[in-house]
Amino acid sequence: MTEVQTDSLATARVVHGQAGRSSPADFDIERVRQDFPILREKVHGKPLVYLDSAATSQKPQAVIDAMSHFLLKENANVHRGVHYLAERATDAYEGARAKVKQFLNAKDVHEIVFVRGTTEAINLVAQTYGKTHVGADDEVLITAMEHHSNIVPWQMLCEEKGARLRVAPITDAGELVLEELEKLIGPKTKLVAVTHVSNVLGTVNPIRQVVEMAHARGARVLVDGAQAAPHLRVDVQALGCDFYAISGHKMYGPTGIGVLYGRSELLDEMPPYQGGGDMILSVSFEKTVYNKPPAKFEAGTPNMAGAVGLGAAVDFLGGLERDALSAHEQDVLDYGIRALAEVPGLRLIGTTSGKASVISFVLDEVHPHDIGTILDREGIAVRTGHHCAQPLMSRLGVVATARASLACYSTRQDIDALVSGLGKVREFFR
Amino acid sequence: MSAELRDLYQEVLIDHAKQPRNFRKLEGATRTAEGFNPLCGDQLMLYVKLADGVIEDIAFQGSGCAISKASASLMTATLKGKKQEEALALFGRVHILLTEGPSGAVKPEEVGKLAALSGVWEFPMRVKCATLAWHTLRNALAVQGTRASTE
Repeated sequence: MTEVQTDSLATARVVHGQAGRSSPADFDIERVRQDFPILREKVHGKPLVYLDSAATSQKPQAVIDAMSHFLLKENANVHRGVHYLAERATDAYEGARAKVKQFLNAKDVHEIVFVRGTTEAINLVAQTYGKTHVGADDEVLITAMEHHSNIVPWQMLCEEKGARLRVAPITDAGELVLEELEKLIGPKTKLVAVTHVSNVLGTVNPIRQVVEMAHARGARVLVDGAQAAPHLRVDVQALGCDFYAISGHKMYGPTGIGVLYGRSELLDEMPPYQGGGDMILSVSFEKTVYNKPPAKFEAGTPNMAGAVGLGAAVDFLGGLERDALSAHEQDVLDYGIRALAEVPGLRLIGTTSGKASVISFVLDEVHPHDIGTILDREGIAVRTGHHCAQPLMSRLGVVATARASLACYSTRQDIDALVSGLGKVREFFR
Repeated sequence: MSAELRDLYQEVLIDHAKQPRNFRKLEGATRTAEGFNPLCGDQLMLYVKLADGVIEDIAFQGSGCAISKASASLMTATLKGKKQEEALALFGRVHILLTEGPSGAVKPEEVGKLAALSGVWEFPMRVKCATLAWHTLRNALAVQGTRASTE
């Protein structure tokens, strides 16, 4: 795991490269792969080579079992009934919240709000904190490497409020230009929204520095942690950010569940997101008294089995030896970058040295979709297209890329299969 | 090498993808339409010079995968001199070929050069790539300046 609480990207790089503390050989990759039943599947008669974990990770048996166990043995609505199962379900759901609190190192369990995913977490902040703190002529600052989910909610807010959306630039290698970012944070900047790890470039951003710059000027910081959570050791207190958003399905958990971390004092004063059951203390036709966080932001019956699955995913990650996992993932990433750089006509996109688990590339005149189709017939799953980051594609001067993304179960053999598959792509388009 | 891939990336298709015909802006176009595939970002601009219901000239520009580019190229190469009703009827037949394949209701030999698209049906996720140019054509012929979308 990269130590994200390090002072700068440069330091993060050093720690990243410091596999000496723990070598890839310390990681029992075969045992980890055994935990993921889907990896035994065949695709078009070939063994599955899954290189699309940044889109969604595969699920370990423990997560599947936890959800199944909940539905088989513990299912009832949470926070409502007085009967046995209601209590079991509530314990399971709130137990998952406590696990996530540990995982992110939040100060308080009430700072953990369950949502559908990173997208909903960001929309929640835009529609609550944003609506009450961003006014006409104010500014929201994002970066050129954001996913659509960290662009569009802010655009919608700015349009509604007559505020201005500003964009911090990146280098050709795909790194934030920190001094430019700093210049863009002014007295009108109410919020800075930045991704921790880019889903296209793999760049690990120096969040703590961004937070320091923003806080020095009174702006709040939201971090899109969707791609970081499965790979980095996230410590929201060390990062100092105000909001941190993650998706369960990108970190070995199920879809439809995610988390918004928000600092207590901010969540306390924010208005509710949606109205409904569970988010109230009392309701009359004259006046409704809202519940405290996190319930204030969790209207309606929540995704209980999903939360339980996410809790199991946190346990799964916690059960891996994190330094060994980090060394393993870094080893496969470095191996992949080296191997792909040697494929004739291939150009890597996102070439900073502080990267995590994503390798984007383009191949001569061959469109990424054609690469994707041909690789698929070899059993290899990669993502192709604009990766929900069209402004970033424009910045990089490409219409689309092919992306191989890694997870704990990825191997050097997966990379070898990819390189061999790209050889077949080149044969077609010779 | 998979037989389906050979059917998909036929030599004619690769040739049209690499050297698309009528790949230019058409001066004096009477109809234009933009086509867009929001899922993959493929985009094309279609220019048609229509006179008395006949497609006198047709050209396109844009970016996309081999299948969308080749399909647009083959379409423009086929439609020059055709009446607009003939063009739309041909789209109907091509659509059947794309979704049902060579053993469906439309035989590849009925569509001339467009038979190069006969392997697409085995890749349902790529049918949209092949139909983008045709949807855009339909819009260009129907209303001036509209935008076609595969979604």
